[in-house]
Amino acid sequence: MKNPSQPWNPLATVGAVAATLFAQAAHAVNDLPGGPANRQLNLHTPATKLAQEQADLHVFMMVICLAIFVVVFGVMFYSIWKHRKSVGHQPATFHESVKVEIAWTVIPFIIVIAMAIPATRTVIAQKDTSNADLTIKVTGYQWRWGYDYLKGEGEGISFISSLDNEHRILSNNGAKGAAPDNYLLKVDNPLVVPVGKKVRIITTSSDVIHAFAVPSFGIKQDAIPGFVRDTHFRAERTGDFYGQCQELCGKEHAYMPIHVKVLSEADYAAWVQQKKAAAPAAEAPKAAQAPAADVVAQAAPAK
Amino acid sequence: MSAVFPPHGAVADHHDDHDHHPHGWRRWVYATNHKDIGTLYLLFAFTMFLFGGVLALGIRAELFQPGLQVVNPELFNQLTTMHGLIMVFGAIMPAFVGFANWMIPLQIGASDMAFARMNNFSFWLMIPAAVMLASSFFMPGGAPAAGWTLYAPLTMQMGPSMDAGIFSLHILGASSIMGSINIIVTILNMRAPGMTLMKMPMFVWTWLITAFLLIAVMPVLAGAITMTLTDRHFGTTFFNPAGGGDPIMFQHIFWFFGHPEVYIMILPAFGIVSQIIPAFSRKKLFGYSSMVYATASIAILSFIVWAHHMYTTGMPVTGQLFFMYATMLISVPTGVKVFNWVATMWKGSMTFETPMLFAVGFIFVFTMGGFTGLILSMAPIDLQLQDGYYVVAHFHYVLVAGSLFAMFAGFYYWVPKWTGVMYDEGRGKIHFWWTLISFNITFFPMHFLGLAGMPRRYADYPMQFADFNALASVGGFLFGFAQVYFFFFVVLPCMRGQGQKAPQRPWEAAEGLEWEVPSPAPFHTFENPPKLNADATKVIG
Repeated sequence: MKNPSQPWNPLATVGAVAATLFAQAAHAVNDLPGGPANRQLNLHTPATKLAQEQADLHVFMMVICLAIFVVVFGVMFYSIWKHRKSVGHQPATFHESVKVEIAWTVIPFIIVIAMAIPATRTVIAQKDTSNADLTIKVTGYQWRWGYDYLKGEGEGISFISSLDNEHRILSNNGAKGAAPDNYLLKVDNPLVVPVGKKVRIITTSSDVIHAFAVPSFGIKQDAIPGFVRDTHFRAERTGDFYGQCQELCGKEHAYMPIHVKVLSEADYAAWVQQKKAAAPAAEAPKAAQAPAADVVAQAAPAK
Repeated sequence: MSAVFPPHGAVADHHDDHDHHPHGWRRWVYATNHKDIGTLYLLFAFTMFLFGGVLALGIRAELFQPGLQVVNPELFNQLTTMHGLIMVFGAIMPAFVGFANWMIPLQIGASDMAFARMNNFSFWLMIPAAVMLASSFFMPGGAPAAGWTLYAPLTMQMGPSMDAGIFSLHILGASSIMGSINIIVTILNMRAPGMTLMKMPMFVWTWLITAFLLIAVMPVLAGAITMTLTDRHFGTTFFNPAGGGDPIMFQHIFWFFGHPEVYIMILPAFGIVSQIIPAFSRKKLFGYSSMVYATASIAILSFIVWAHHMYTTGMPVTGQLFFMYATMLISVPTGVKVFNWVATMWKGSMTFETPMLFAVGFIFVFTMGGFTGLILSMAPIDLQLQDGYYVVAHFHYVLVAGSLFAMFAGFYYWVPKWTGVMYDEGRGKIHFWWTLISFNITFFPMHFLGLAGMPRRYADYPMQFADFNALASVGGFLFGFAQVYFFFFVVLPCMRGQGQKAPQRPWEAAEGLEWEVPSPAPFHTFENPPKLNADATKVIG
């Protein structure tokens, strides 16, 4: 793990701020399918039914909020325009009305119930992790992810996934020059899953709390040391999907990306074969554990 | 502060000892006068606000472009953590206590706060606490870097500055509790005859409720950080699963404090705005009693929504549903408040001096923060947004455009009474528009970043997030400079007494007992309880 320990030099800081302020901000970079797009304004394109439901709920909420916004601030700005002293408006004297108060307590209450009903359905659906085709344990380490295929096709496969070190060095160097489209999202060993299968993700951690998140799948689950939690997804198309650790986990928090490769069933079977051939079954877990233990040792509390 | 206090015959015989107070440093170190202590609180809070602001600009400078240019990730985490802690505990909370000290006795016709010496103590406790917190940057390993939420077990990996931070929060908490006790006792015991509870100005009401919230939750925070401290040093395992503890329990305890804390930081702002909107609409506050009930309901509901900060920890489905419903429910009383403000403005006769501009700006921008709060309350959507920039945008819309804008409004509204001079209206307007526009340039793009999946507390980010980050950084610096302008061109001239002399009633239609005393308010006011008119807004003898 490269340690970017540039000492904090106030003069250099001021210089760097000035330099960056005047540098051209031209990073010619393309959209990353399955990851963020340039100047993206909305949620990621959903790749699961649940992510689709979240996106729909978001649109639904935006429409309601915009409608309330237009009504309330329409009234306010009309009033600001018309009821000014400078246009000679005389103040009215009314200052209470029980009827009005009841109306604008009850109506928002009804709106809130209307919002809660569809949300409830989605909450229940996303909590249902039963009948999974494939179960994978995801372990957060400072600062990489460990994947263990526990059950289903590929059972026994186990590996560690870390950020490409080139990207980490690039970050230290100020990301100058032509940065790749998947800057900070490229890993050595992506998590591989089959398309159309229900994948249950069990999260845990070996040190501090991390969070496993893939926006296109609509999942985000904290990985908590000493505890297991679960979530699930069923990817509806093949491709590469990206996420990042979403719970502050120390200095390299920004450098533990998640890359999920969704393959067709045949390709997935081939990948499993290749993986098993490469590491004989008995040794596979051990081989994968070795770097993990290393990381754990590194992460021991600095007393 | 040499103005005498002659207007009401009843106090004439006390005339001689009005101006007896120590001068020089003793006046401030031994201060027991609520006005002096209020001034101290406000100056302290503004200092911390600028310090926290500089930390924020460090964050924005780093995020201006992808890659690491200005700070390393370790220092970056220290900046985000300290920015949060200092703004919450050093700037916003003390500033509102400053407003309370200055205005509550004036507004209820009391001679001073109930416990004048405790008032002094609760202020001066904050100085060593703040010095200790700020100096943690120079401790081995640097300042705490676990985020202002101090989640276990990351706090276990922090250096000695974590203990300094915990100790400092303990002291600040003790100071807050003392301040709250003082405020509650003052409000309940020292109102002028005729100032019944339901005739109190809204600012007093909101502070009364806030003070109860503070007393209820500050000890909870103290508990959480004490457990962190004993876990770190004395072998307990409250949050360590290896010893049977649970890291998530920390989050439950922290947010049981943390969510009411959000309302501690916004209810006094509601109070200030509820004073200013009627004054400049030349119309009484619409629905006074429903405003009181709405404030109380918000306070009560704030105790049962804490786990909406924790949807991604993996709560059972019933837990998620309960906290989602309870959170959505809070939007009802909050909505009532916004509707009442708009109804107060409706058919008024409005003018837009700086206090009114900030108050209307508050309603407009704070409500946007309310909408994003409603969207975040939906557990399924929150799974996309939790711990991302959307959340950062949301809470800056409610804390900066909410609490801070209301404090600016309150400053411009009451500064003629505090200093005896009018601020420069043109400069006030520049400050308002500059602040409003740069605020939105900074924080509006963060909504997009959050929707696109950018996590918070990241020192570096994928290239695709670059443009909005650059925009937010430019806005952040503009916003920072606006506050420096405010200090040098508005605050300092007022403190030096430069400017037009303020009349006793600088605002045509402002109501309340604070406008019954001369400007600047004399050192001692209402030494004998004043006699009030029927609606307790005027002194009649």
